[in-house]
Amino acid sequence: MEDVIVIGGGVVGCLTLRALASWKLRVRLIEKQYDLASGATMANSAIVHAGYDPEPGTRKARFNAEGNRLYPALARELDFLFLPTPSLVTAFGEEQEETLEKLLARGRENGVEGLSILRGEELFRAEPRLSEKVTAALRAPTAGITEPWSVAITAAENAADNGALLNLGEEVTGLSRLPDGILVTTDKGEYKARAVVNAAGVWADRIHDMLLPHAFSIRPRLGQYYLLDRKVGDLVKNTLFACPTREGKGVLLSPSVHGKLLIGPDAREVSDRELTPTDAEGLRFVRESAARFLREPLPMNLTIRTYAGIRPTPDTGDFIVGKTDVPGFYQAAGIESPGLASAPAIARELSETVARDLGAAKREDFNPFRRKQIRLNRMSEEEKRELISRDSRYAVIVCKCEKVSEAEIVDAIHRNAGARSVKGVKKRVGAGFGRCQAGFCQPVVVSILARELGIPKDQVLYDGPGSEILKGKVK
Amino acid sequence: MRTEPDLIVIGGGSAGMAAALEAKKQGIEKILILETDPYLGGVLRQCIHTGFGLHTFGEDLAGPEYAARFIRQVEEAGIGVLLSTPVLEVTEDLTVRAMSRDEGYLELHPKAIVAATGCRERSAGTIAIPGTRPAGVLTAGTAQRYLNIEGYHAGKRVVILGSGDIGLIMARRLTLEGAKVLLVAELMPKSGGLKRNIVQCLEDFDIPLLLSTTVVEIHGRERVEGVSLAPVDENLTPILEKKWRVDCDTLLLSVGLVPETELFQAAGAPVEKNNGLRVDENLMTGIPGLFACGNAVKVHDLVDNVTLQGVKAGGFAAAFIKGE
Repeated sequence: MEDVIVIGGGVVGCLTLRALASWKLRVRLIEKQYDLASGATMANSAIVHAGYDPEPGTRKARFNAEGNRLYPALARELDFLFLPTPSLVTAFGEEQEETLEKLLARGRENGVEGLSILRGEELFRAEPRLSEKVTAALRAPTAGITEPWSVAITAAENAADNGALLNLGEEVTGLSRLPDGILVTTDKGEYKARAVVNAAGVWADRIHDMLLPHAFSIRPRLGQYYLLDRKVGDLVKNTLFACPTREGKGVLLSPSVHGKLLIGPDAREVSDRELTPTDAEGLRFVRESAARFLREPLPMNLTIRTYAGIRPTPDTGDFIVGKTDVPGFYQAAGIESPGLASAPAIARELSETVARDLGAAKREDFNPFRRKQIRLNRMSEEEKRELISRDSRYAVIVCKCEKVSEAEIVDAIHRNAGARSVKGVKKRVGAGFGRCQAGFCQPVVVSILARELGIPKDQVLYDGPGSEILKGKVK
Repeated sequence: MRTEPDLIVIGGGSAGMAAALEAKKQGIEKILILETDPYLGGVLRQCIHTGFGLHTFGEDLAGPEYAARFIRQVEEAGIGVLLSTPVLEVTEDLTVRAMSRDEGYLELHPKAIVAATGCRERSAGTIAIPGTRPAGVLTAGTAQRYLNIEGYHAGKRVVILGSGDIGLIMARRLTLEGAKVLLVAELMPKSGGLKRNIVQCLEDFDIPLLLSTTVVEIHGRERVEGVSLAPVDENLTPILEKKWRVDCDTLLLSVGLVPETELFQAAGAPVEKNNGLRVDENLMTGIPGLFACGNAVKVHDLVDNVTLQGVKAGGFAAAFIKGE
């Protein structure tokens, strides 16, 4: 019997698991996909929003502002990449400037600090390449950029370091009430738990409906992006937004934590909850929408990748967080934007509620710090010199574009919640994220995975089961 | 501590080896080749087909044979080589910072540098093909490495996009190894590949070459399940009303090569539109003392021409060091 089972290994599920692991509770996470962070967490704008956008009084507003404040400390504990990067919501003309004033008031009500409206020289000093047609911008200095999948993976690793169990590639097929808890049925077995947390992302409504009458629907939406070469990663210093509309925050232009340039997304409702295809029309919309931010044309010829991500948009308009009518059944559902920013606050509140209800005490031996990850490509000359003199394996570069060493990949495979696929390696250490898109390094990564996992090369997966890269030996 | 070399050659492929050998011939004693990979020869190692050396040696050699001749010469000439030594930074004043598995962190100050870093393949990401992103989409060169070096098939039912030479060579190679190459689609109205490759690699094996045609969508969840193709109009815009689907497990891309020059761009060396280093008549880049040759300048069809340019660059670099 488990104390708590968390369903879903995205950013919300993983952070909740970690928060629960800080209490005297036996906790387990069940994730349908082969790797953590495979749904909405994998492909989104990667922005830790400041919190001026959500309507005051909503859960979105509260969790966003709170979650944003938790990020710097969380990034230190878990050692994921987080870079404070101000947001600029741009106004083109008087009408939109009124929207900025509304956002400013809203942000202040939500408790967002440091907001100001920039105009004239001040505005163009903050963002020198900004189009002259921009008349004013709301600046939010507390916004940041991160690697969403790393937030989830590092949290799960840290939870597992503290004793949490991870069941990956296992699908929850049923939930039923027991006198003293909930029975979780999966495609591999059965688990009894005193409490269950539904953090199933795009599937959260289906999980909910296994125990309760239908109450909300997830209306998955797809958003598409362009990623541009690091040569133009410094084109903008801030994350640039258009004025939000009913449809959402619109297309943004942002530096990425890897020093590249991110452009997107569009928004399209889709029926398939897991397939994330791009389409020519949507990509054109993204290109054209982003083109007006700067006074120069965007260097789309330096595109290194286009991709799409899914968002678990709820039909209720707000996050669904907390207890349900079934004792022991808790939810964090419909966590669309600003879900990434909100996730740490949702995890904290939810775990406290669950722990209180279960009468659990705090653990004194919980270690919130994940073992530091060596990142060669972020080291100074002196640090590199020292590292390589200590361990020459770090001089064996596998990913030439991003300068990722073999030792970093091996470490990522053998950690808790470690990489088991080529994409898993990419998510954890960035090999293959660069301008050649793994053309050079994929065969080497396949060899390393085969060796470290003790499997033949043609069983090495790109991502999930069925994604074997190689089709057998040559005769 | 390693003694300071007079000449550093960055890249140990055909261009770099030729440059180093020529500089040595011209009297430069202290030469060091820095190579990222654990072997010399660059991409030639995986090019096991013939067609190399017709001009240089008057013989029809396979890629590894061609490379082996130069590797032997480099050894015999006593030219310094550091393998598994990626260069991290080159500066305008010709400082080279590198990491070496065997020698640790290196900071060197040569009198001249030859940039011989070759090229990379354009990827699916670069050309933004719509659709999903499953396993089974890879560049022809990566598939070549899987097949010829690792000994594994990257696919059994293959569509090739782009009729560059590597794509054509791989069409034949895959067919000979038992895979079914369904077709080669080429966006342009004519192939950019060598005539001999179109005849020997496609026509001889009845593999259709569809000109003015491109892939408009990739299908598949975990692994490629098919691609949609469509003809393009004179502006290269796909005519989507005429699209059709082909079931396959692999999409191989041979959509162009890009000079790998970012290391030198970061130092301030200007590049041409093709991303190749801009060079003067002495193959010197915009940075005095930094010379360039081979596919880092422009993508060559024949390795013999890469060698020739390497020889020239080595000669010019030697003259520069001697103050001529």
